[in-house]
Amino acid sequence: MTSETGIGAAVKRKEDARFITGAGHYTDDINQPGQLYAVFVRSMYPRAEIRSIDVSSALAMEGVVAAYTGADLAADEIGDLPCGWMVKSKDGSDMIQPPHPPVAVSVVNYVGEPYAMVVAETLQAARDGAEAVTADFNELPVVVDLASAHGADQIHEAAPGNQCYDWELGDREATDAAFASADHVTSLDIVNNRLIPNAMEPRAAVGMYEAATGNYTLYTTSQNPHLERLILAAFVNVAAESKLRVVSPDVGGGFGSKIFVYAEETAVIWAAGKLARAIKWRADRSESFLADAHGRDHLTKAELALKADGTFVGLRVKTVANMGAYLSLFASSVPTYLYGTLLAGQYRTPAIYVEVQSVFTNTAPVDAYRGAGRPEATYVVERLVETAARELGKDPADIRRLNFIQPEDFPYETPVALTYDTGDYDASLKKAIELIGYDGFAERKASSEANGKKRGIGFSCYIEACGLAPSQVALSLGAGVGLFESAEVRVDVTGSVSVMTGCHSHGQGHETTFAQIVSDKLGIPFENVDVVHGDTGRSDYGLGTYGSRSLVVGGSAIVKATDKVIAKSRKIAAHMLESTEENVDFEEGTFSVTDSNQSITFPEVAFSAYVPGNYPLDELEPGLSEKAFYDPENFTYPAGAHICEVEVDPETGKVEIVNFVAVDDFGEIINPMIVAGQVHGGLAQGIGQALLEHAIYDESGQLVTGSYMDYTMPRADDMPNFVVDTTVTPCTHNPLGAKGCGEAGAIGSTAAVMNALTDALGVVDVPMPATPETVWRAMEGE
Amino acid sequence: MYRFNYHKPDDMDAAQQMMADAEDGVYLSGGMTLIPTLKARLASPTDVIDLSGLALSGIELADDSLTIGALTLHSEVAAGNEISSLSNLALAIGDAQVRNRGTIGGSIANSDPGADYPAAVVALGATINTTAGAIDADDFFQGLFETALKPGAIVTSVTFPLPVRAAYEKFPNPASRYAVVGVMVAETNGGVRVGVTGAGPCAYRQRNFEQALADNFSVAALDGLEVDYAEFNSDIHASAEYRGHLVGVMARRAVAQIT
Repeated sequence: MTSETGIGAAVKRKEDARFITGAGHYTDDINQPGQLYAVFVRSMYPRAEIRSIDVSSALAMEGVVAAYTGADLAADEIGDLPCGWMVKSKDGSDMIQPPHPPVAVSVVNYVGEPYAMVVAETLQAARDGAEAVTADFNELPVVVDLASAHGADQIHEAAPGNQCYDWELGDREATDAAFASADHVTSLDIVNNRLIPNAMEPRAAVGMYEAATGNYTLYTTSQNPHLERLILAAFVNVAAESKLRVVSPDVGGGFGSKIFVYAEETAVIWAAGKLARAIKWRADRSESFLADAHGRDHLTKAELALKADGTFVGLRVKTVANMGAYLSLFASSVPTYLYGTLLAGQYRTPAIYVEVQSVFTNTAPVDAYRGAGRPEATYVVERLVETAARELGKDPADIRRLNFIQPEDFPYETPVALTYDTGDYDASLKKAIELIGYDGFAERKASSEANGKKRGIGFSCYIEACGLAPSQVALSLGAGVGLFESAEVRVDVTGSVSVMTGCHSHGQGHETTFAQIVSDKLGIPFENVDVVHGDTGRSDYGLGTYGSRSLVVGGSAIVKATDKVIAKSRKIAAHMLESTEENVDFEEGTFSVTDSNQSITFPEVAFSAYVPGNYPLDELEPGLSEKAFYDPENFTYPAGAHICEVEVDPETGKVEIVNFVAVDDFGEIINPMIVAGQVHGGLAQGIGQALLEHAIYDESGQLVTGSYMDYTMPRADDMPNFVVDTTVTPCTHNPLGAKGCGEAGAIGSTAAVMNALTDALGVVDVPMPATPETVWRAMEGE
Repeated sequence: MYRFNYHKPDDMDAAQQMMADAEDGVYLSGGMTLIPTLKARLASPTDVIDLSGLALSGIELADDSLTIGALTLHSEVAAGNEISSLSNLALAIGDAQVRNRGTIGGSIANSDPGADYPAAVVALGATINTTAGAIDADDFFQGLFETALKPGAIVTSVTFPLPVRAAYEKFPNPASRYAVVGVMVAETNGGVRVGVTGAGPCAYRQRNFEQALADNFSVAALDGLEVDYAEFNSDIHASAEYRGHLVGVMARRAVAQIT
């Protein structure tokens, strides 16, 4: 029974039947009696002082029930949207956190920032009402260009020079000394292009308030409903935590953009209380482009110091990171603790020093997007390594092997604050080289050239810190919350099981993976295990899903709770079999007495637990439901090797990916089909960043790429047939031996593509995205 | 969307009368441009006159021409007919959903600079039949979203003379899949014609290419020919200069297809 559905089996996803047949239940599918509709009035100006807002015309319109401005929220003491991670500057000072009212009060700072909300009986009436809101703005100088933002016109009174923080990590002196003694220095100026996450389902919220009890319920598209509730209660003052239930039903993708607490659901739940009516809001796609948190957006000067033989001796990185107009929930941590700490990569570079200056601009807030800091770090390291290999005339695989942290070096403490637990980097590289047929590349290149095409190959050996996060470490680095996970395994009278998790599935397939773990451990049918997530009313607590954490942290909590169920069951079995716990074995769902033919099945134990006829109640409680909290000892360190081959059409500059191999070490794997799916999706996003996607603001601060007419979403026909495989070094510190797989594709692939493209063109760098015209110009030597 | 009056006439005269009576009316064909525009509240017509009830669909072959009804879907043209280059062009429009809703009449009447059909209309020397008379391809496209179609008139069909040989090459916009540049090269009974879409404000003939190919119908004939891109479109996906370059590349590839 468990062999086909247990740990390691490629079980088809339970959730897919409802998703594929259109039977999913998303926030916008939820309707309440007497429900109203909210539409937000958004700034057309990238920066302006609000002199006045007039909602009287809107209020006079048929169907309009209410119109609110930021002042109305402020009058009810609704607080600012907070940033949950305190980063300190080099000088020890706290980062600058400018005021961020959910609905703008006195100033707007990016196009799309909401400054009023209209609530009406119908969506049509709400739209009409929103158009009737008038405001008097005084336009202010706009700061858009990242390179010159520091020192440009000051956006926030609290942030001189538009600086949020100026952070550093590593040993500056040792790194400078390494550079002074180096035989060769490779340096690159790198632009990590700004992206828009583009989850398939736009953000949405349905707010409800029951006047009789004072209870609020918020349905919303959150990756972490408990965190959403905590922030709305503790920081935003919507309601007491116990009076607020947050539910994230089926959610169609997040990629990080649905971690954060946004203006819209905050205003909706507040207004639901004010009007004692249910209120629905769902973003249009245009609103998603303008007002979802964007990703990446770094400018970096990176230098790698080497010995003549290719040994790395030092790495020096200086980055300017764009925060956008305000600090989003985890914005500060992305270019620091999720970026600087990853700059050792897979290598024994002894001295590393990184400085990151984060600045404000008049653009949408920037925060975590699939990989969050780690793709940017990988891009810096792997572009440098490949470039150094070319400059020194080394094979790109050889130079990596020369510098790899070796299996015997683990646990390995990097110069940038992490301790890698385990890995075998050459194993992944070796397998990737075999799978792509590296030996045959020269022949393939010649054949491409004969067809008038340029061909190139590029490597990327990435590492990531996942399984966010050991609470003690995170809290010591400035996190505002612990990052453990909770689980409850509740056994029903008939032996079926509900698993409550604080993680949230928005495409990851937790209902399947977690059920595999529990059914395997309890020896019960996979179909008898239901996974419950996304509801603060049903799961105790949780920190949600991001940072490839769900299996390694949430899954480990489930293992802990399941082990407690087994321990309790063993006690019950011993009682029923008139034996002792020590003499009862548990295997494949059956408890049996050692050296006897007496046995009892798990469902029989469960039934007995709820029908406790002759229990010794002072020793054995009835019932069978156990909870556990799991706090990881360390991060996990998935790593792998991606190799890409591209062909370039020299006449048009169009790049085609003709081969792509990803070999990843995710530790132990529960469901290889889901893992392959996660890798495919991540690769599409990483390749999308390299070749297609770009969020562009023009000089005046308007978002040019505000629709799919201009923002190039990767499509299936842009992608090659991926070859994906794995190697396994089990994680040493969690019970599953798992490392997490959600972000790897997006982290590793971008550098592989750009290394392949620069190889094909014989140039040092091409800016991303490498659009046909960009590549054509690079070939023209521009 | 804003509120509007919806009409679905079942004959041509009624449709034109409704337009004449409307304060600010608009015809709806496949709706592939109009519906998104309405949904985004970028247009606020008082009346939308849905032409789908008119009998304007179908492909008819005559001795030397193919007449395609204005309401014929892209997918129907793509399914194959006597002008294979036209079928190939239709197959490259948008995606399956667009091809199953969009119509040739709607595409041509809209004169979107990135639309594919206008290249074929120009290159094949088609005649646009309207309720206010026939219009020659060379006179039809007049500018960005501007045509010679008389106010209130309806495109009823397009007549394409059968070419001796013709081919279409398109460089799609990576985001929208509209033509950044699309070139149809055709040897017609009236001479060689080269229709270009995507590059300029509307479809046009690349006359210097036509002359060169008339003398010598080969890829080499186009080598070194200049394309004046001064008035070309320029956006984040392609500058005017790059579009000018692509006109040459696409034209050469089209010629290569049929030589």
